[in-house]
Amino acid sequence: MGVEGIGASVVRKEDKRFITGKGRYVDDIKLQGMTHAHFIRSPHAHAKVKGIDSSAALKMPGVVAVLTGQQIVDDKVGNLICGWAIHSKDGTPMKMGAWPAMAPETVRFVGQAVAVVIAETKNQAKDAAEAVVVDYEELPAVGNIRAAIAPGAPQLHPEAPGNIVYDWEIGDKGAVNDAFGKAANVVKLELTNNRLVPNAMEPRAAIAEYNEAEEHFTLYTTSQNPHVARLVLSAFYNIAPEHKLRVIAPDVGGGFGSKIFIYPEEMVALWASKKVNRPVKWTGERTEAFLTDAHGRDHVTTAEMAFDKDNKILGLRVSTHANFGAYMSLFSSSVPTYLYATLLSGQYNIPAIYAEVMGVYTNTTPVDAYRGAGRPEASYVIERLMETSARQLKVDPAELRRKNFVTQFPHQTPVIMAYDIGDFNASLDAALKSIDYAGFPARQAKAKSEGKLRGIGFSCYIEACGIAPSKAVGSLGAGVGLWESAEVRVNPVGTIEILTGSHSHGQGHETTFAQLISERLGVPISQVQIVHGDTDKVQFGMGTYGSRSLAVGGSAIIKAMEKVEAKAKKIAAHALEASENDIVIENGEFKVTGTDKSIALPMVALAAYTAHNLPDGMEPGLKESAFYDPSNFTFPAGTYICEIEVDPGTGKTSFVNFVAADDFGRLINPMIVEGQVHGGLTQGIGQALLEGAVYDQSGQLVTASFMDYAMPRADDVPSYKLQHTTTLCPGNPLGVKGCGEAGAIGASAAVINAITNAIGHNKLEMPATPDRVWHAIHGQA
Amino acid sequence: MTEPVVIRITVNGVEYEKSVEPRLLLSDFLRNDLGLTGTHVGCEHGVCGACTVLVNGESARSCLFLAVQLDGAQVETVEGLGTAHAMHPIQQAFHECHALQCGFCTPGMLITTVDLLKKFPEADDEQIREGLSGNLCRCTGYQNIVRAVRMAADELKAREVKEAAS
Repeated sequence: MGVEGIGASVVRKEDKRFITGKGRYVDDIKLQGMTHAHFIRSPHAHAKVKGIDSSAALKMPGVVAVLTGQQIVDDKVGNLICGWAIHSKDGTPMKMGAWPAMAPETVRFVGQAVAVVIAETKNQAKDAAEAVVVDYEELPAVGNIRAAIAPGAPQLHPEAPGNIVYDWEIGDKGAVNDAFGKAANVVKLELTNNRLVPNAMEPRAAIAEYNEAEEHFTLYTTSQNPHVARLVLSAFYNIAPEHKLRVIAPDVGGGFGSKIFIYPEEMVALWASKKVNRPVKWTGERTEAFLTDAHGRDHVTTAEMAFDKDNKILGLRVSTHANFGAYMSLFSSSVPTYLYATLLSGQYNIPAIYAEVMGVYTNTTPVDAYRGAGRPEASYVIERLMETSARQLKVDPAELRRKNFVTQFPHQTPVIMAYDIGDFNASLDAALKSIDYAGFPARQAKAKSEGKLRGIGFSCYIEACGIAPSKAVGSLGAGVGLWESAEVRVNPVGTIEILTGSHSHGQGHETTFAQLISERLGVPISQVQIVHGDTDKVQFGMGTYGSRSLAVGGSAIIKAMEKVEAKAKKIAAHALEASENDIVIENGEFKVTGTDKSIALPMVALAAYTAHNLPDGMEPGLKESAFYDPSNFTFPAGTYICEIEVDPGTGKTSFVNFVAADDFGRLINPMIVEGQVHGGLTQGIGQALLEGAVYDQSGQLVTASFMDYAMPRADDVPSYKLQHTTTLCPGNPLGVKGCGEAGAIGASAAVINAITNAIGHNKLEMPATPDRVWHAIHGQA
Repeated sequence: MTEPVVIRITVNGVEYEKSVEPRLLLSDFLRNDLGLTGTHVGCEHGVCGACTVLVNGESARSCLFLAVQLDGAQVETVEGLGTAHAMHPIQQAFHECHALQCGFCTPGMLITTVDLLKKFPEADDEQIREGLSGNLCRCTGYQNIVRAVRMAADELKAREVKEAAS
């Protein structure tokens, strides 16, 4: 309906403030009397804090206070929590050590805060921090998974013997053993999924303000989910009860998962604002982001696939070690378990799957959800296996996949997920056609004649999004329900405000959500305002992650709209002296079908608020809310094909073509969807070619700046060719599946499959830097 | 060395006389002393490009300049480029091409594009990518930014032709 409804690539409402420098990010906010915090962080990966001498610092200009870890413990601020309970094979709950917001006794990763200086200016706080003397007693550290699980390894937490958080399993081990027993062929791979640093361009920041008379806190923070932040700060960290804590997440400069979590810095800022009775601001620097934002991925995996003589998959066996860093971050426990192993069936019919995952503590920054969260790791395992299998079985990689695709829906996998709908052949066909797969051998031969190694690689990914049915995740150990809420307010003059618990930090909700209203009422999107990111304005919400905002949050808006429309139709019918069943909504008007009688939306709204002439018994006003809890996950899926050329002289990989064929269900704003795919693909390519957090043996992060950690730049990535195939999601009223993570989930396997195809063997790990590729070609490790 | 220094600086056509600490970064000066928060700081080590401004017409990292170095200089920031109701052709192109998502890198991208198109008005896509390669964006994958720069280049050229003809 209308030019701005569903399916229209309208330009974004939110753009203008960003392109004129009028965005309002946390660091742009100044409060009266505001002080500045600077954290004193451990330079050691593992050490005892023997003492902190702040006497010299306290005498320095502008210093208001120096606060320590012992003080925050003494004030009974709660330890950081992990909100998803996972049980080991033997039924025991995961084993976690305590994580205080600032370390009173022991530091366990480089960058962990031990104290904070509060001063009048940022530079005064930094100056004074130099004068704080911390006496550390260094302890031996473990910088990676292998070191952490080695016999006699230094131990991080007494609660977790052997540095093991859990030893978890899923699937049917016996059935898998049987499958391998009767296999005609078995393909085995060992894989490392490199550790990544999310690096949203806006560093994290927080401003806390305490009103002594009201005993009320306000927190401005860079959050993807301000209500979850308030809930956790209130219920677990003892900062303030919920009604005395307002959390505002204004414009947020990207998140990619890293801004889901409630970090020590927000807790300290709140606590300190009461201690010094003044607003406290902290803005992270980039190296602080590298050291303290939750990292992503970091798996070491062995995977085996069993095939029968016709190349049908019989079974899959996966063993993964996941690095959690030094503490269990908010949702970390779920990432390598329920967000990972439940997707190991990929797009394929696999009769038997068994996966075991060992979660490990190391003296590194905590690891948690990063764009895709578990699903990129699963997709990498299964798609690297499929490509390797095709090579080993000497069959075409597209045809091996096609032979094993799930084609009947719904499809119950052996690892919990029940795929509701999809058409995997359609996306494969679209991608094959787009890249001219038939012409590849000729292109490869031509490249060879020019001294270049050309390769092509596939990735047929699937993900579980729309996170998530509350009952389902509750049964798997989640500490929260993952519904979403919305409120629709039609104002007396007929303009509309939508209050959503989702949070937009680049995704374009202010446009996409307005289009949903435009579609239903036929009003322009300029008449619709999307309100989000403030716990005082929005009723409640679980926030934005897991490609859930439209599938869950958008559905909540539809549910609330249905209630508004039902009431508005009653008012219109009353005013028009017609039956409400005869009322239709077109172009912002309520019409009596088959007549020329109509009443415009503003008149209906005005009638609702003047209440002079409403149907008997009707309450005044035109405002409704809804909570929407999905019945299933959604399952976006697609095929990515990447064609690359490697220069054997330099090891440099260049993109020839990158095709992405995605099925996201119904598209509301195709332009925004494509932007999400571009960004996701680029992060996936970043993982494949450039990015990798490197720790040395002593637990020092070697890659702690943009000089040392390479992220994709404009000349590193190609222009992508996008295709859309569509099966409508049956699980929500919009038929949508979510598009935010797909690119990051599917891209890296396609790239590595292409490079290993080009160089003719599989001994290559991510990131496939020119150095690594050159050595892979020339056989020198 | 640490005593404040008085500088005169013109920012977006407005002259300021300000007393600044010698160690004050241009980025902090713009954001905190002048309230021009459109210039963002993404790394404070000169690698991400988010804080790019024009100094005497040339693009520069405001996190790598000290304010005192710019006594007598002309500085332009995103706030000087255009307004919501009268956008610069580069801003208009970014809007039309969906060349921004979270918006944090955008001011730096816009200013870099001003300099790029001034120096290389005929830049092809490969040269545009190279010209933007000093600015990190984590959201867009750059494809729509390249498209926007191309559109802006065409528009700026068309305007030039029109002006020459009139």
